[in-house]
Amino acid sequence: MKNVKFIYLKITLLLGCVFIVTSSCEREISDDVEFVTAPKNAEIFIDGFSGGLDYFPFAGSKLNAFSVDAEVKYKGEASMRLDVPNFGDPEGAYAGAIFPDAGGRDLTDYDALTFWAMASQAATINEIGFGNDFGENKYLVSKQNMRISTYWTKYIIPIPDPDKLKLEKGLFWYAEGPENGDGYSFWIDDLKFEKLGTIAQPQPAIANGLDLVQQSFIGTTILLDGLTQTFNLSTGINETVIAAPSYFKFSSSDVDVVRISELGIISPVGIGSAKITASLGGVKAKGSLMLEVVGNFDFAPIPTRDPSDVISIFSDAYTNVPVDFYNGFWEPFQTTQSADFVIKGDNILNYTNFNFVGNQFSNPTVDATATPNFHVDIFIPGAIDPGVNLLITLKDFGDDAADGGGDDEIQQIFFVSSDFVGDAWNSFDIPITLANKDRIGQIIYENINFSPLSNFYLDNVYFYKE
Amino acid sequence: MKLRNIRQRSLNLDLYNFIIKRLTVLATLLLLVSCATEETQSVATFTELVMQDEFDSDGAPNSAIWDYEIGNGDNGWGNNELQYYTDRTENVSVQNGVLLITAKEESFEGSSYTSTRLLTKGLFEQKYGRFEARIRLPYGQGIWPAFWLLGANGEVWPQRGEIDIMEYRGQEPTKVLGTVHGPGYSAGEAITKSYTLLNDRFDTGFHIFGIEWTPEYINFYVDDVLYNQITPADVTGEWVFDHPFYIIMNVAVGGSFVGSPNNETTFPQTMLVDYVRVYKNNALN
Repeated sequence: MKNVKFIYLKITLLLGCVFIVTSSCEREISDDVEFVTAPKNAEIFIDGFSGGLDYFPFAGSKLNAFSVDAEVKYKGEASMRLDVPNFGDPEGAYAGAIFPDAGGRDLTDYDALTFWAMASQAATINEIGFGNDFGENKYLVSKQNMRISTYWTKYIIPIPDPDKLKLEKGLFWYAEGPENGDGYSFWIDDLKFEKLGTIAQPQPAIANGLDLVQQSFIGTTILLDGLTQTFNLSTGINETVIAAPSYFKFSSSDVDVVRISELGIISPVGIGSAKITASLGGVKAKGSLMLEVVGNFDFAPIPTRDPSDVISIFSDAYTNVPVDFYNGFWEPFQTTQSADFVIKGDNILNYTNFNFVGNQFSNPTVDATATPNFHVDIFIPGAIDPGVNLLITLKDFGDDAADGGGDDEIQQIFFVSSDFVGDAWNSFDIPITLANKDRIGQIIYENINFSPLSNFYLDNVYFYKE
Repeated sequence: MKLRNIRQRSLNLDLYNFIIKRLTVLATLLLLVSCATEETQSVATFTELVMQDEFDSDGAPNSAIWDYEIGNGDNGWGNNELQYYTDRTENVSVQNGVLLITAKEESFEGSSYTSTRLLTKGLFEQKYGRFEARIRLPYGQGIWPAFWLLGANGEVWPQRGEIDIMEYRGQEPTKVLGTVHGPGYSAGEAITKSYTLLNDRFDTGFHIFGIEWTPEYINFYVDDVLYNQITPADVTGEWVFDHPFYIIMNVAVGGSFVGSPNNETTFPQTMLVDYVRVYKNNALN
């Protein structure tokens, strides 16, 4: 449920117009000015919608997933009922919606969103939170993988920094898909903002609290991620939510090397090293990102083959076929992370902490019978360790067109350190020797023989005919 | 009747302290209780300060008042505690008007944690009176700070008596416990009661933890709130609180009362003590 698309674009446009109008003249504010403050109404749903509240489901979700239930309720007269569809339900693939107040509310007096909830079965709600207004979502907060049970439980979603929420429109949102293919229902009651007074000991983090070092290039755009805020609750539990970049104050140790915007967008601008750090509400965030900017990016050779001779898996020069994933995160043994980046419109796959990784394209598989050659461009930053041993495996899924099933066939292509030049693109063109190449579904890259390769870039992965 | 008398006593103390911000509350209480005291009662008062440490001198704690217990005790001080107590500056110091007792995660003398345990044994011991301290507590699974008294009559525990003015589990940041231990009511059978803050916690601000102790009762306070009274009739054994006791302040890590720290426990964890004050029981001391 991560790729949620919004409907009601009109709202965004309207808001955009309002912003333009209101920001067009900048004058000194008189000392006599009294700011008009938004209402401080804390209630969202007690026994019915609070005044001004709207309901907008996400595109692709079951539009009628929400109803008011007078039978099942925590207390009072009614609760919010949310129906998650079964897998394959024509009405929608999941349940998800926002509950905004277009006028906005002043939530600075509160420290948490709280509610009571129960479900028809034990489940894990993908995402639930506030700050989603189908606009900028500037102060979006998401609690991921919230466990819910068959009895009423009170949930607390802390506000990362209440001072930011002077005019918040996005009061509540959620997105939840079927559990193992099965739909179910859950109920939420007494949904409101509260000043609990027990939300304490903030531990903000960027880069998931890790101190990362990453090589980068001038002209790249990198989005800082792993932004979280953690509070200790009265129960002693540390509650972590994903917090939007605008809650943080970012800084770069050298703005002549790397700059970062208030939206967490990092732009390397000069050669050298710079460290990105942050704070939230005056508390230093754990984690940092050290960028080593090595200069302008050396692009892979632009492919020159005629598009009609190519079936592309990953390239900006061609239209790619549908790909399930470029990094499937095969648990539990895979360590490979993705740090993909874009430079001047050129998408680059970057695998870090590499041991093995796969590209999969099974819906549908690729028939490479007429394009019986494989092309890949590989860039390994730094000097090549003599121990580098890279194995690339092309896998044909066989008659069942599915991974496994005993009919798969593989081709293994071995590379050693002398096949690569460091800090440069290495282009490989390899004939496909598979007996059947009409249902190719995977390309797997792996370190073998204790190869120390940990970081490389990929571009222009495609099948072609001469 | 009893409760009213208790209010009267705490009121006197507060007046002594001249805590101006509470004057309104006090005035109200005064009106409520002014006709309630019977002339025949002997009213305990706790107005005469006999020991105080305001922690106003930076450096080590005042050695005329405080001594240390060093090491990891017998079987983790009888509780399977994990820390090694030291008198090092890293674990105990006075800074900016506050005593800091800091539990650290470090390998030291075979233990994984260090901390400090201060005591007034042989330096300050008293029978009856009011004992109080203003403290901001640390937090986190497995953190166990305490402000407590042990009997100084040479008996073994629990015959010597123990009064826990404040004990707290770092994983329950809104709750403290006040407890007495004696023969027949020690450890798991101790006489205890908890006090929970509403809309606040003990690790985000200072709170006053106190007892008022007479031959007839021990009253337990958090700030202005009397939350328990233990009398000789309440204990399931001999009342062993009629001899001098000394003060202990410590931050333990792990042990049977709290369980071990986990990977979410952050270190170091510091207990801040603004002051310790002891008043005598005017009628008796």
